[in-house]
Amino acid sequence: MNVPTMADMMAQGKQPKVLFWVGAAGSYDDRAKKISRAFVKILHQAKVDFAVLGTEESSTGDAAKRAGNEFLFQMQAMMNIEVLNGYEVKKIVTCDPHSFNTLKNEYPSLGGKYEVFHHTQFIQNLISEGRLTLDDTTLKGKRVTFHDPCYLGRANDVYESPRELIKRLGVNLTEMKRHKSTALCCGAGGAQMFKDAEKGDKEINVLRTEDALETKPNIIATGCPYCNTMMTDGIKFKEKEAEVVVKDIAELIAEANNL
Amino acid sequence: MQYLPNIIFALALALGLSFFTMNIRKLLRNIKLGKDVNRTDKKPERLKNMLMIALGQSKMVKRPFSGFLHIIVYLGFIIINIEVVEIIIDGLFGTHRIFQGLLGDGLYGFLIGVFEVLAALVFVAVVLFWLRRNVSNIKRFLSKEMKGWPKNDGNYILYIEMVLMTLFLVMNATDVSFQQAGIGNTISQFIAPLFDGFSPEGLHTIERTCWWIHILGILVFLNYLYYSKHLHILLAFPNTYFANLNPKGQFTNLESVTTEVKLMMDPDADPYATPPEGAEDAVPEKFGASDVADLNWVQLLNAYTCTECGRCTSSCPANLTGKELSPRKIMMDTRDRLEEVGRNIDANKGVFVDDGKQLLNDYISPEELWACTSCNACVEECPVNIDPLSIIMDMRRYLVMEESAAPQELNMMMTNIENNGAPWQYNQQDRLNWAKEE
Repeated sequence: MNVPTMADMMAQGKQPKVLFWVGAAGSYDDRAKKISRAFVKILHQAKVDFAVLGTEESSTGDAAKRAGNEFLFQMQAMMNIEVLNGYEVKKIVTCDPHSFNTLKNEYPSLGGKYEVFHHTQFIQNLISEGRLTLDDTTLKGKRVTFHDPCYLGRANDVYESPRELIKRLGVNLTEMKRHKSTALCCGAGGAQMFKDAEKGDKEINVLRTEDALETKPNIIATGCPYCNTMMTDGIKFKEKEAEVVVKDIAELIAEANNL
Repeated sequence: MQYLPNIIFALALALGLSFFTMNIRKLLRNIKLGKDVNRTDKKPERLKNMLMIALGQSKMVKRPFSGFLHIIVYLGFIIINIEVVEIIIDGLFGTHRIFQGLLGDGLYGFLIGVFEVLAALVFVAVVLFWLRRNVSNIKRFLSKEMKGWPKNDGNYILYIEMVLMTLFLVMNATDVSFQQAGIGNTISQFIAPLFDGFSPEGLHTIERTCWWIHILGILVFLNYLYYSKHLHILLAFPNTYFANLNPKGQFTNLESVTTEVKLMMDPDADPYATPPEGAEDAVPEKFGASDVADLNWVQLLNAYTCTECGRCTSSCPANLTGKELSPRKIMMDTRDRLEEVGRNIDANKGVFVDDGKQLLNDYISPEELWACTSCNACVEECPVNIDPLSIIMDMRRYLVMEESAAPQELNMMMTNIENNGAPWQYNQQDRLNWAKEE
């Protein structure tokens, strides 16, 4: 798969229009890597002039910040900003709502000002510009429910672009009882992904999976690699792997368009 | 002697108002114990928030049943105050129903008629609220933090409101000339027959008694506010005005840390350089919050504004799955500790004397703080824009940056970020491997 890096581009004297910020999950997590690849396929299909940082990318510091380590966060942020500004990056797209939020909201006051898009917003723009069409026949009739990632939804008020994309796939979109601003967290945010949960009587991802299963879905659509992991684990816990799959919207689009 | 009631009334009014003013000054002083934060920008947006959320109750009605009941009680409270103005004028000058003459029978009758209907509706709403709190098993009213005073406080408010509304209606029902005029006695005309057979003097005594208990009750209630969650009727307005307007996901970038990090990353910085002039007596900045004075004044205002409704807790994923965290308890603890600090200052002639306690550990445990997913559900839910998450985050910052007391797994995650640029232990040189797999 052809994934150009900013360094390659610079060597050729090119300045790509947009930087794809892959994020740690999208780079290293086996499940999330599939989302990165699906999104690149979409970028290729729409002939988007993009590049990644590759080995020059580092953690945004989101998890460190939300764990309370402001020092580590700001060190990561300033290193990343130095790299991004060095390449004169203007536009960033990412599949990770946590990177999206941090780059968009927390980097500006530290000197990193970019136009930041979540991949669902970016794909929606490609469609409205006529650069991409979605095949609405492949997944026709499937029951899909969308789990709002907190850092996309409540944190940044992005509720519509993922839903618009899902509807364009010709599927049957059903909402969970808790959705949009009242959506329940998958349980991974605020650095919970990296630790065991405190003592309680249930895991959050199981409760959220129950919300999703109530809609009797064929597919649980997500827009966040961490939500994806949590919901996939929830489905395994409920032993529903045979009936329900968890897919990122980028994966659904790639699948629908036979990419 | 004929002026005695007016004098007593004026004294009671002066006493009630001055006690109230004293407590409000204490309240402001306590809030100012918090750190400064600039919330004077974007005035039109702030005003709009206040009008929509505090005055317009736009977030209350997201839960329609309690939202609707709340609007009735709220409207009743606001509108019946016109009647209180009349009572105060009558009380001070010995007049009787002064607005009747000023406004004319038509308008006065209409107004009082509306008040009576509202009073009856408020009474019904308050009874329903009482049943919700005490009879129906609504989980958020049964939480651990709702035992004792918080539970009683809620009920006392409802009892006081029931009594005040009853007094108002009985007062009107036993006012013979008012009943005879037949203007605005929409509800009281049905109560009046209960007093058939009473002598005119008896009726007058009941009417005067109701009048006095009503206005004295209002003065007592006014002064009860400071000690109660009912303080929200005043603070909801400034609280929504000064609320955070940034995207909810945007956490503050601590400026003190920025300075340090810039120094650390600056290759030309001289670590042994003499500090700039005036810096010698600067107190080293504490990172994060372990006590109320480390929080900012908006967070402290939030704590006083909290109505303990528990909508935050009932939507908190950690709480829903049985963890210790309750965002409402975070706010209640912050207020309790702030009150304790305030009493300490009062007892020590205006200065805080270390009492060996703090918000962290003595009130809020690290276990509660670490259970938070920072999902913002509590912030979204709050009908008056309180932000419990910001307090949780500031306290986590203290735990991590001052005490290095993060859970072990988070320490490992942070070490990985430091060494490998990712929360997992992978080599940064492998960051693009995903592109070559398939």
